[in-house]
Formats: sequence, C-alpha cells, structure tokens
Amino acid sequence: MSILIDGNTRLLVQGITGREGEFHARQMLQYGTSVVAGVTPGRGGQEVAGVTVFDTVAQAVAATSPNASIIYVPAVAAPDAILEAVAGGIPLVVCITEGIPTLDMIRVYHQVRQRGVRLVGPNCPGLISPGKSKVGIMPGHIHRSGPVGVVSRSGTLTYEIVQALTSHDLGQSTCVGIGGDPIVGTSFTDVLELFKADAETKAVVLIGEIGGDDEERAAEYVASGFGKPVVGFVAGRTAPPGKRMGHAGAIISGGAGTAAEKMAALRRAGVRVVDSPSEVPRAVAEAIGPAPGTR
Amino acid sequence: MNVHEYQAKQILSRYGLPIPRGEVATTPEQAREVAERFGVPVVVKAQVLVGGRGKAGGVKLAPTPAAAEERARDILGMQIKGIPVRKVLVAEASSIARELYLSAVVDRASKAVVLMASAAGGVDVEEVARTSPEKIVRATVDACLGLADFQARELAFGLGVAPGRVREFVRIASGLYSALVQCDASLAEINPLAVAADGSLRCLDAKMVLDDNALFRHPDLEAMRDVEEEDPFEARARAEGLSYVKLDGNIGCVVNGAGLAMATLDVVKLRGGAPANFLDIGGGARAERVSAALRIVLADPAVRAVLFNIFGGITRCDEVARGIVEALGGVRAALPIVVRLVGTNEEEGRRILGRAGLVAVASMDDAARAVVGAASAGERPEVRR
Repeated sequence: MSILIDGNTRLLVQGITGREGEFHARQMLQYGTSVVAGVTPGRGGQEVAGVTVFDTVAQAVAATSPNASIIYVPAVAAPDAILEAVAGGIPLVVCITEGIPTLDMIRVYHQVRQRGVRLVGPNCPGLISPGKSKVGIMPGHIHRSGPVGVVSRSGTLTYEIVQALTSHDLGQSTCVGIGGDPIVGTSFTDVLELFKADAETKAVVLIGEIGGDDEERAAEYVASGFGKPVVGFVAGRTAPPGKRMGHAGAIISGGAGTAAEKMAALRRAGVRVVDSPSEVPRAVAEAIGPAPGTR
Repeated sequence: MNVHEYQAKQILSRYGLPIPRGEVATTPEQAREVAERFGVPVVVKAQVLVGGRGKAGGVKLAPTPAAAEERARDILGMQIKGIPVRKVLVAEASSIARELYLSAVVDRASKAVVLMASAAGGVDVEEVARTSPEKIVRATVDACLGLADFQARELAFGLGVAPGRVREFVRIASGLYSALVQCDASLAEINPLAVAADGSLRCLDAKMVLDDNALFRHPDLEAMRDVEEEDPFEARARAEGLSYVKLDGNIGCVVNGAGLAMATLDVVKLRGGAPANFLDIGGGARAERVSAALRIVLADPAVRAVLFNIFGGITRCDEVARGIVEALGGVRAALPIVVRLVGTNEEEGRRILGRAGLVAVASMDDAARAVVGAASAGERPEVRR
C-alpha cells in the first residue's frame, strides 16, 4: 500500500507545453506514472511526449478520466489552474508552482476544502510512491519502496534524507512534499492521518522548518495516539528572526515559529528529533527495530 | 517587504484612515521648517525598518520649531540596531486619552485574514498575547464575503469603544482590511490607535509588511523599497535573483534549495562553525547563476572559507562546477572552498573541479567538518588587549 498515489493513479498535467511541464511529464512517464492527458489553453489537439493536450480540464476529464492533476503553470495563473482542476472534479491536485501571492491562496484554499478536494502544495516537490507512481519533480532513482513514510516542507532537503534512507536499505511507502508557502493545502497532520491508516507504513520521517505552527500541531496529533514511531528534523536553527529563509513560509515572526520551539514540541510528543539529516536513517532503523533474521 | 511608517501611513490614508499630518525630513533644518508650517507641538520619529524605535530614543516630542530641529539633529545622527537613521517623520502631535491596538494579518493557522484588536495599545502585541491574552479580541474574515460590519462592531464593543465612536471605529477597521487586501499585505497594523481627549480616533503609528510574491502586480509599492537600508549583499543577491540572507559568521554557504540551505547552516553550526550567510541558488541553476552566487559570497570581507552543498536533481553538478571555476576566473581561490557535490552529472562535475585544483566531498557532514576546520585555520590572528 501507499498513500494518495499508486499504480492506479491517472495523471493530468496542467501546463504540459511549458518548459517545466514538458520536462517533468517526460520524467514521470519514464518513471512509470500513467500520464493520461495534458492541458494548455489554446494548445488543444497537440501532443507532448505522446500525451494528448486539451484546451480545458473539462475536456481532458471527459476524454481521459484522470484522478489526479499536477500543476506547472506560472504563479499568476496557478490559482486559476487549481480552481479549474477542482471544478473538473479531480480529487487530488498537486501544485508545484512557487511564488503564488498568499491572499490568492487563501481564496483558493477554502474553495478546495469546501469541494472535498485534496490539494498538495503549492511550492512543493510533489509526491512519490516508489515503484508505483511519481507525481512531482523529485529524482525518482533515489527512492525505493519500503516501510518509511516521509513528509516534508522542503524539496532538496527531502531528497538528501530520502537518499540516506535508501542507502541504509530503508525504503519508502510514500514521500509527500507539502510545500514551503505560508498557506498550503495539506498539513503535516493531514498526511500523518493518512500514514496512520496505511498498513505498509511502519514509521514516519517528518521534516519541518521554521515558520508557522504546523509542526506543533503535528506534535499534538502524534501525542494523541498516532501509534507509529516518528523521526523528526527541523531546519533553520541558525535562522535570525524576521528574515525569510528562501521559502515564503520560512520566517520567524513575532518571536514565534522557531526551530527550538518546534523541536521541543515534537520531543514532548515522543518524536525522535535528530540534529543532522545524516542521523535520520539510524533513528528510523532503531525505531522500526531489527529486520527479521538479524539481531 | 517592509515599508517605513511614513509610507504605511501614505498607503492607509488612501483608505480613509485618520492619520495626523506629517512630512519626511532628511535634515534638522527641514524638520524645523515642517514644524513651523504645521504648528507645534510635533513628534519627530526615526524612520528605520526595525522595531523598538521608541525604546532606542528615536521618537521625541518637540514643543517648538527649534526643539524639532534639535531633536531631528539627535535622531538623524543615531543608529538603531546598527542601522543609521537617514530620515525622520515630523508629525503633528496628538493628545492621547487612551491607546488601542488594531491590525489585519494573514493568519497561517486559520488560513484567513484575521483582525486583531486590543485595549492595551502602544505596546508589542506579542507581549500582550503572552501576558494577558484575554485583552485581545479577534475576527476571522471570510475570504469571499470580506469583513462584515458586525465583526468590526464586535471588536469595537470588545475594546470598550464609546458607543458614539463605534461607527468611526468600523470605518477604520474596514479601511484597514481593504488596504491589506488591495495591497497584498501580510500585515497592516495601527499601534497605537489613539483615542484623543475629544474621543476621536487617530492612527499614530502604522506598520505594513507586503507579500513579496505579489509585488509583481504592485509596481507602485515595489517602488517604495528602501534600497539604502538593505544589506548591500542582500540587495546585490536580489538583483541577481538569488535568495540570500546575511548572517554574522565567517563561513560562506552556497546551497541548492531553501530547506537544504537551512539544514546546511545548522550542520555547520553543529560542527562548531558560524555561517556568514544563507544562499539558495534555486532549482536548475546554470553556471552563470552559480558564479554570481560565489562572487557575492567572496565579496563579503567576513568570509574565511566557503562551503558548497549541492544535491543535484534538476540542478546539474557539472553546471555548478563550471560556475565555481568561472567565478574564480582561472586564479587559485584566495580562500579555502569545500564542495559537496552529489547527484546528476556528478562525475563530470568532479572532473571540472579537479582540473581547477578543487576536490569534491561526498557527504554533507564531512563537508561541514572540513569547512569549519578550514575557517578556523584561516582565521586572522586577533589582537589581544
């Protein structure tokens, strides 16, 4: 098993004729993801990497029945692209786009929730269920299927930790990048709920960073009876207050959202919080216990 | 992006908020001239983009034009939290019977705009939230409906605003909300919102933080950026499209990805070093971008050693290596450079570095240890007193 995406995922790529959209559509096809359609307004009838392009999401839905969409359109048009996917009845929408104005996302967020759609992102690397489906921009080859669920607010830091896990024979059930913006569609807690219900996931790695209180809320959820071991890392211990550290959401404001607070909250909830990304595999291995046949 | 008090007041006055007359002065003589024109008393207020101006002595009352000139001379010579004061706002002084607090803010937890008001104005709202949270009243705004008048009235009654002044308060709250939404601000704050002796309301201080992601549709607001007050390295990096934050250590860091960059600084610190900066070259950076990044880091006189941490995905290791070599311009680096390079086209990247006499390290921890060692070995001897 896995969460959110698997071998049955039928993916629509919004913005497939753009540079990023086309590059990653090819990468996802190569990984084995079933990319069933693309959308770029005004480019209907063309083909990209063997995938048919439609003018609207409604047309793509009618012709190819996708059950997930990934968005590579520029920030000015991305909120509209999310709304179009939601209106098309697609249950899972993944928005890669960085730089969407926060107030636009607030309007979109509430619409998405009302319609019962799962939005991952924006400003995220997407998600991957190794060996089954990749809906994102992460390098596929560093992943391997296995028992560890990964959820993170960042991109390359997640790749770093995933590669360390894989090199220690710790495969992943699903890796979800929830995004580095102040307003994102899916929280740590949302993903933890899904991992809790997933039998294949035996342990979870949670990769947080400064800003907001999503890690603190996740800690409350873990403490209330998550039932699976969680290993945590929080980036940004050296970040000065009031400065945005690359991600729009990575900012300590009014003295709140520091790494120290988040680490303390996670530790109180029983999460094994490590000091360096390289310590994650050992902490996971200890949490899961020795594999059968070893001692 | 933060704007100065006088700029925030200019914006808010367009939304009908009651703001005392004020003008910016850059010389003591100008301050005097403004005071003569407005009539005294006036307040002379340092315009710098940091908090705590009052405590630092950057806000002074002047009972006469001559005093305004004196106060302005004092304040214009000051540094507040290391930032030299280049401008003062000279504003009409108001009588204050009571100080309130009012703000509109993007609230990440409720994913909505929230209006916050407090009867304890004039002090940090974070302080009030810590010590007496019951003094803060809130209204969560529906993104589709906007701020409803009844919500603003609830705030007014919650603060104990006199019944005859409630409509005035509602107009201020609505204006503040409109300003936040129409300017794409993440914060619009009036502190204090003063109740004058006659009961009328005045916005004596204002603060606005604008959403960087939305500045593309507000060229008029973007033009308010005070480049003089930016860190010169941060300004240069922004012009190059790089995400950079100046820190106070001596190890220059260049990383791809914001999360990895933060984690890299953390590991450097964990190994006993002190990062000089945060720098994210972004995804898929080409050689030119990498060399621009390295040149900015090398221009910082505090830097004693440089760490590259690259996890290649969309970013190609050969492009990064080429960028490093390009920035060095064929000369041997004057400072130790430690390069951690893994992922896409790693072999080619190592070959390019090797030809320039640089060696790539495979793990982030090893790289951090190496650069911390190099920085402390290369430290200039301190003069002992």
